[in-house]
Amino acid sequence: MSEALLQVDKLVQHFPISRSFTVKAVNGVSFSIYPGETYGLVGESGSGKTTIGRSIIRLYDPTGGSIRFNGREISGRMNRETRNMLREDMQMIFQDPMSSLNPRKKVGDIIAEGLDIHHRYASRAERRAAVQELLKKVGLSPAHAERYPHQFSGGQRQRVGIARALIMNPKLIIADECISALDVSIQAQVVNLMKDIQDETGCAYLFIAHDLSMVKYISDRIGVLHLGYMVETGTTEEIFSNPIHPYTKSLLSAVPNPNPEVEKRRHSIPYDYASSGIDYDLGTEHLVGGSHTVLATDAEFAAWCGEV
Amino acid sequence: MNEKAILEIHDLDISFRTNAGVIHAIRGVNLDLQKGETVAIVGESGSGKSVTMKAATGLLDANATVNGGEVLYRCVESDGSERIVDLLKLPKKELRSSINGRHIAMVFQDPMTSLDPTMTIGRQIMEGMLMHLRLSKAEARARAVELLELVGIPEAEKRMKNYPHQLSGGMRQRVVIAIALSSDPDILICDEPTTALDVTIQARILELIKDIQKKMGLSVIYITHDLGVVAKVADYVNVMYAGKIVEVGNVNEIFYDPRHPYTWGLLSAMPDLETDDERLYSIPGSPPSLLREPVGDAFAPRNAIAMRVDELGEPPLFQISETHYAATWLLHPYAPKVEMPAELKARLQRARKEAERVQ
Repeated sequence: MSEALLQVDKLVQHFPISRSFTVKAVNGVSFSIYPGETYGLVGESGSGKTTIGRSIIRLYDPTGGSIRFNGREISGRMNRETRNMLREDMQMIFQDPMSSLNPRKKVGDIIAEGLDIHHRYASRAERRAAVQELLKKVGLSPAHAERYPHQFSGGQRQRVGIARALIMNPKLIIADECISALDVSIQAQVVNLMKDIQDETGCAYLFIAHDLSMVKYISDRIGVLHLGYMVETGTTEEIFSNPIHPYTKSLLSAVPNPNPEVEKRRHSIPYDYASSGIDYDLGTEHLVGGSHTVLATDAEFAAWCGEV
Repeated sequence: MNEKAILEIHDLDISFRTNAGVIHAIRGVNLDLQKGETVAIVGESGSGKSVTMKAATGLLDANATVNGGEVLYRCVESDGSERIVDLLKLPKKELRSSINGRHIAMVFQDPMTSLDPTMTIGRQIMEGMLMHLRLSKAEARARAVELLELVGIPEAEKRMKNYPHQLSGGMRQRVVIAIALSSDPDILICDEPTTALDVTIQARILELIKDIQKKMGLSVIYITHDLGVVAKVADYVNVMYAGKIVEVGNVNEIFYDPRHPYTWGLLSAMPDLETDDERLYSIPGSPPSLLREPVGDAFAPRNAIAMRVDELGEPPLFQISETHYAATWLLHPYAPKVEMPAELKARLQRARKEAERVQ
């Protein structure tokens, strides 16, 4: 396998709330993303998936661990060159397309903001051409550059968010629940667009979501998070055909299936960390096979694999 | 009104006055709900599914006008007497004092905004019982604890003193359900009850509502855009598009034998766990603005197989079986034979096979 584009190693992110209380959002999560692939992060709310995305793009300062992007360390203090590299090569698409677009700016200026900051154009004509080309790429018309975000529908706004991320030609795009707020039919449009763009530009995605059927569809590899621990990771195929960890099993059992006869007979498998007797702190990574690993103690691992 | 029906909506027609002009949001909706049944209304945002149910509970915004139609409700009083009331004609005051919360209860999408942050959850659950059932405080308290246990909140007695912010999202939604159930309603309207929740919690909340429905003999109306939810809970499904019901049928008819191109689109757009085609099918374009009255079939501009007639006249509801109707010209005897997309067909076959296996 080629060199990893992003390598996250034992990332720790804590938020001190008061002298005696700290929220431990992420506790030693490791994974890597290779150029051109899509890595899906799934988990329930509060599992730390959004925090990981934000720590990687340095909206937060990581408490511990290392993040290597493009062969450079980006978890600590960065020199200007590294910071510029990070700001250009990694972009983010946010969940709520309304609150992530400045309502007082025209869409064209929102999209071109990256170009403005990094002085990436020689003339205004060049800037305009770049914006129009992107608008076309994401399926909007060039005339839309003169409009404001509130004049668009939810799906169109999310396209603007994608165009803004793409203008810097990034190597990695962090898509944080970017389709959760959209209608089913619009979700499919946006996901198709993201796939087309990946085919064209070869960018990698970190796809953060809680909708497993969409994650399965778009991702090459998946990481399952719970309470800030990566409980299981592997290729999409490995996770879905052979889930080992009880949390993953519970998560998969909850995916709604649009098939009434099957769905009405099925009950989800409950999972309660407090009463399960599992202590994530004691677990270590166990290799199941291929790239499939699971967080468990030796005894747990033997028991879970024995069940299969 | 039908013998067994508990709620019937006839030709409901609603418009909204806005700065941009008059929006004709509901254009003749018919719906009926029988005792103990679950009916789902599915559609994209802006299709009018929430507005329909808001009309039934008198929660329409001030700029709404009801142009016509009726919402008949068979109201059974506690002494056993029966009367049929038109909820649209009832004075708002009477609706609030004797129907809402008492006979028809609602569960809203976001549990954080539907709970009062300054009141303990115990008091919020007791509120309805004190008002509608005129229970004493002690009785109401005892019942509130029972309800909390019913909706699966551990240590109910202690939780009574908690405020909403001390609970997780799933717990809050359970509290909202407990409040809705507090006055022994006949109808429970769930407006996107699990959209704000995680899949694991979603499954448990839906199973909970189903359990309670069986125990208490409730009739439930689900408003949702998630077809997975519909498959799990519904007996009958109404597919809504641009203020009209375009297809209605029992859940098996809609999921195994859909007839309307819009329903095909909705089903195809949702990947099941077996989908591995390169591209997801998506319905092109976006829902129409109802500022201008659509001419012909409102779905025609987004329909790749639209015919000339779709631009000329609005299709009526064609009957397919006793319970299954769809509003598309494709069902007209003169229409060319058009099959659903091949991928969807393959998928439905797979689904049917799977269904036979579990039966």
